[in-house]
Amino acid sequence: MSETTKKKSIRWVEEPELGFWETTFVPAVLKGLKTTLRHVTARKTVTQQYPEVKPELPLHYRGVHRLNRDEEDRVKCVACMMCATACPANCISIQGQAAPPEWTDRDKFPKTFELDELRCIYCGMCEEACPVDAIELTHIYDLTGESREDLLYTKDKLLNVYDQTREDHRDPLRTGRGVLGPASEFVDLPALGPATSVPENDRSAKSETAGVIRTTGREGQQ
Amino acid sequence: MFSDMTNPLPELLTTLITIAVVVGAIPGVCNYLILLERKLSAWMQDRIGPNRVGPKGLLQPLADGIKLLLKEEVIPGHVDRILFLLAPGISVFTALLAFAVVPFGPVGEPGVPSFLRFIIAPGIDIGLVFIFSIGSLAVYGVVLGGWASNNKYSALGALRASAQVVSYEIPLGMSVLGIALISGTMNLEQIMMQQIEGGILGWNIWFQPVAAVMFFTASLAEANRLPFDLAECEQELIGGWHTEYSALKWALFFLGEYTHMITISLLTAILFLGGWHFPGIAEAGGEASIISWVIKLGVLLTKALAFICIMIALRWTIPRFRFDQLMELAWRVMIPLSLANLLMVMICKHFEFSLWWLLPGSAGLFAAWGSISASLRAAERASRPGYVKQQQGAATAAAGSAH
Repeated sequence: MSETTKKKSIRWVEEPELGFWETTFVPAVLKGLKTTLRHVTARKTVTQQYPEVKPELPLHYRGVHRLNRDEEDRVKCVACMMCATACPANCISIQGQAAPPEWTDRDKFPKTFELDELRCIYCGMCEEACPVDAIELTHIYDLTGESREDLLYTKDKLLNVYDQTREDHRDPLRTGRGVLGPASEFVDLPALGPATSVPENDRSAKSETAGVIRTTGREGQQ
Repeated sequence: MFSDMTNPLPELLTTLITIAVVVGAIPGVCNYLILLERKLSAWMQDRIGPNRVGPKGLLQPLADGIKLLLKEEVIPGHVDRILFLLAPGISVFTALLAFAVVPFGPVGEPGVPSFLRFIIAPGIDIGLVFIFSIGSLAVYGVVLGGWASNNKYSALGALRASAQVVSYEIPLGMSVLGIALISGTMNLEQIMMQQIEGGILGWNIWFQPVAAVMFFTASLAEANRLPFDLAECEQELIGGWHTEYSALKWALFFLGEYTHMITISLLTAILFLGGWHFPGIAEAGGEASIISWVIKLGVLLTKALAFICIMIALRWTIPRFRFDQLMELAWRVMIPLSLANLLMVMICKHFEFSLWWLLPGSAGLFAAWGSISASLRAAERASRPGYVKQQQGAATAAAGSAH
């Protein structure tokens, strides 16, 4: 051993010497047989009889998606594209549409919302990204379909999933705050200066709600 | 045996019936052994095992058989067709042929109906030699299959199988030569009867315990069973020599392997454990009744089944040997030991010592086994680059702490 390898942090381990009994294999074989036969005689089966017995899934299990509804049964989604942007598998495609004027709490809603369950990797990033808790992953894991189109989930299908799972104790509504979700409560945030220029006639430039970038007013206060 | 040579017809009929029964029964038995293996392995791994087909999964072998029959027979384009098709046949043929001289019940006992014989070819005086010569032919199936597959994994598997079988033939044959010397015959029925007449103290295991262990180990290697299944190891060789086989041809290989297992288990029971004899249950010279021979048949088959269960348990217990360990076990341990064992029996027979001297002698042989292996292991360790002997290491450590 050279001087450099004699550091105290390094522990040199030699493989244990094999004695008489170890090299005959007899005790090792008997010990192994004892272990396996103990499993035969005192058996605690871990197999689950799947189709008959459903598995107990953890609460954070990530299965098929759902689109939540708000208290007026409208789709909660505001077509902000955050989920589609966050999605690493690129499986979400949304077409936004201007919200009807009587929907005072949002600017847009999804005209179409398509989620390809075959492309999805069930990572849950969309759920993390959604500012209004509109998209959530449920416990449904046994998804089947007869064609690729069957598993291309549209807005209606995703809303149906919500209707099916809203009463299920395994899929509690995670939204507790605000009408639309946490993002809708951020009304008192000071608006910051524009990161990019916004046309004067853009609706967002005139809005008083939070998160909207505008050019006039309170820059001096910062 | 051929008492009525003037009229060979009954003899011929009996033989044909026995062959039909054996050939018909063995695939079924093999199928159920596979179910047993799957069930036992499942229990050892805290699983349930096949339980869907029939009550408790008992019809699973039937489903397996139908599946294998109806599966597509894939013959890859790059194989040597004749040898490729011949190999599984050889595998089964040799396994069944070796079974011809193995008695699987009380042969020639009073009370057994004349049409029941429990052995296909009775009175073969070279029984042992026949089994080993045919058994070593079985490797041709493996070698041909591996070579004809024209695939590097198959060829490697076949290469390993041939090296392994050639090595383990020697200890396998020599471990039973001691029995042949003690009994003075190679006829399996006579070997069995001599032990039975001696009672439980006449069982050969008392005189040849080390030979029994070596025989069992070497026959595991012969049958390519774990822990010696290097020829087909799934992890390295993707099945080895049967990589390219599918459907019924693949099933034939497995039929061969399981038939081999049955033969080995019966042989171990017959050669070392007194055949159908069991004290208090099946003794020699009982009254001639149906019950007595059925019990004797049951005892022998139970012994064989016990050995099969041990083989299965071993398979799911021990990891596979490394190839150098496999060869070392054969050439450096088992061959010298079996030679020494043979020599011991020869001395005993020549100077007419009591056979009981063989028991302490075998214990000595076992001690020699351990010592040889331990010294081999130490030598192997010492030959490694960078090896520091523990004593030297301890000395340096002591010197270092003194400063």
